[in-house]
Amino acid sequence: MAFFEGNNMTAGYGTGPDIINSCSINVNRGEIVAILGPNGAGKSTAMKAMLGLLKLKSGSILIDGKDITSLSPQDRVKSGISFVPQTRNVFADLTVRENLEIGAFLRTDDVDKVIDEIYELFPILNEKKSQVVGELSGGQRQQVALGRALMIRPSVLMLDEPTAGVSPIVMNELFHHIIKVKNTNVAVIMVEQNAKQALSISDRGYVLVTGQNKFEGSGNELLQDPEVRRSFLGG
Amino acid sequence: MDILNAIVLLLNYTIIPALSYGSQLALGAIFVTLIYGVLRFANFATGDMMSFGTMFAVLLTFYFQSIGISLGVLPTALLTIPFAIIMMILYMLSIDKFVFSYYRVKKSPPVVLAMVSVGVMFVTQAIIRIIIGPFDRRFLDGEKFILKANEFKEITGLNEGLTIKSTQAITIVVTIIVVSIMFWFLNKTKTGTSMRAYSDNEDLALLSGIDPKKVVLLTWIIAGILATVGGVLYGLDKSYKPFVYFNNMLPIFAAAIVGGIGNPLGAFLGGYVVAFGEILITYAYKKFFTYILPSSLEPNSLMQLLSTDYKFAVSFSILVIVLLFRPSGIFKGLRI
Repeated sequence: MAFFEGNNMTAGYGTGPDIINSCSINVNRGEIVAILGPNGAGKSTAMKAMLGLLKLKSGSILIDGKDITSLSPQDRVKSGISFVPQTRNVFADLTVRENLEIGAFLRTDDVDKVIDEIYELFPILNEKKSQVVGELSGGQRQQVALGRALMIRPSVLMLDEPTAGVSPIVMNELFHHIIKVKNTNVAVIMVEQNAKQALSISDRGYVLVTGQNKFEGSGNELLQDPEVRRSFLGG
Repeated sequence: MDILNAIVLLLNYTIIPALSYGSQLALGAIFVTLIYGVLRFANFATGDMMSFGTMFAVLLTFYFQSIGISLGVLPTALLTIPFAIIMMILYMLSIDKFVFSYYRVKKSPPVVLAMVSVGVMFVTQAIIRIIIGPFDRRFLDGEKFILKANEFKEITGLNEGLTIKSTQAITIVVTIIVVSIMFWFLNKTKTGTSMRAYSDNEDLALLSGIDPKKVVLLTWIIAGILATVGGVLYGLDKSYKPFVYFNNMLPIFAAAIVGGIGNPLGAFLGGYVVAFGEILITYAYKKFFTYILPSSLEPNSLMQLLSTDYKFAVSFSILVIVLLFRPSGIFKGLRI
């Protein structure tokens, strides 16, 4: 049994059709799992369902063996699941430090210590701590977004297209940071468009097609799989 | 000597009045900007909410006077402000519960909430009419002047007198205290930061575990304090006319927009921009020029750009000019 599991999830938006169909995703601590697939495959939807932003029609979500299917997103945050949305994932009008403090809003213990840990992980944030986040570069903002999400010391970190719209150099840097996060014994799930690069740093990957699991395997297996290569990785 | 006379003249008729009027506008403008920033609608009931809070201060002042409680040289009204604030907050919270929260939960567009606030405005006006009536009331007691024109002339030997009304001094001091506490709260406390975060990015604030109900509650509490304090200070300075507050909404909204709506510091400074604009443009400079120009150049007109009847036209023009050239307001900085 994995640490964080979404089992046979079926869900859609409102009364519309089901976007994901009996889709299963699981991740262990200290592991990066990539969710890949063509546009409209339900990658983000699967992630939102695991976070509770979307009601499941059937299926279940378990963390550490505990069923959290009926919890609200806020309560899931309390049980250690953190989420970085694709857009608007920082408080642009607040300073870097304030962003981190808000990330720790639910913490009652000494926040300064956690902030120091985040500064250690992302040294640039220490340099820019009193700067307003709206004035930072795209890559730095993504680090703020990661830092904010890490402030609750999550056991699961979910990233929705963390490298969307950043340059290849920044993308490599971000992946490097994501590996650092993984090494702090966090379970990382990410939805990615840059499939090849994502798989190269992932321990495992899922390929979704029309809301269902199509392929799954270790990063290398998927990268080598001729069918996956042909359909999703461009040969 | 003439230069000094000219300076005292300007101080007396423009700068001091503008500072106190600006403070009153600033409190209203921060109110508007807070509601806009956190609850995301333009509150057209602003003026009448200020009037509503002031009404309680007026009634309590009369009551305190009748049972012989006073603050000596200070106006009794200052003593009633905390009670008036509590009544104001209770009124705002019940309005929010029975009216605004329904539209907030439904996620109605801001324009719908603005229209709802127009309804709240009419109801508030009606309640004020029922409770206190539409008449003009003076509730200022205690010492009226800190410095009288004659005393100033005797001390300095100048031709021009400088008058400082106690209400002007009280307005400026109370505004500085209230606004400093508010900025300290918004910028330095965890709860204040969470309010700014909620205003900046609601979804992410929810994901961070910020309780939206608490933020809304706090916003109304701060708004209630600002509305009551601003309203009472204006009423002390100019006498309490229940429906004048409605007219004041134009300069108040102008101040909030000039400062960049959603930005409390901007709204604060915007209050002074509008007040100085109104007063400097409608002041008759004849005497001022008589002092500083040689007698051959003495002006024979009033040297007034606009009659004081047009002071609202000035705030309206400031509003239009800012919207045309700097639609996001002239002040930068942290937005709530």
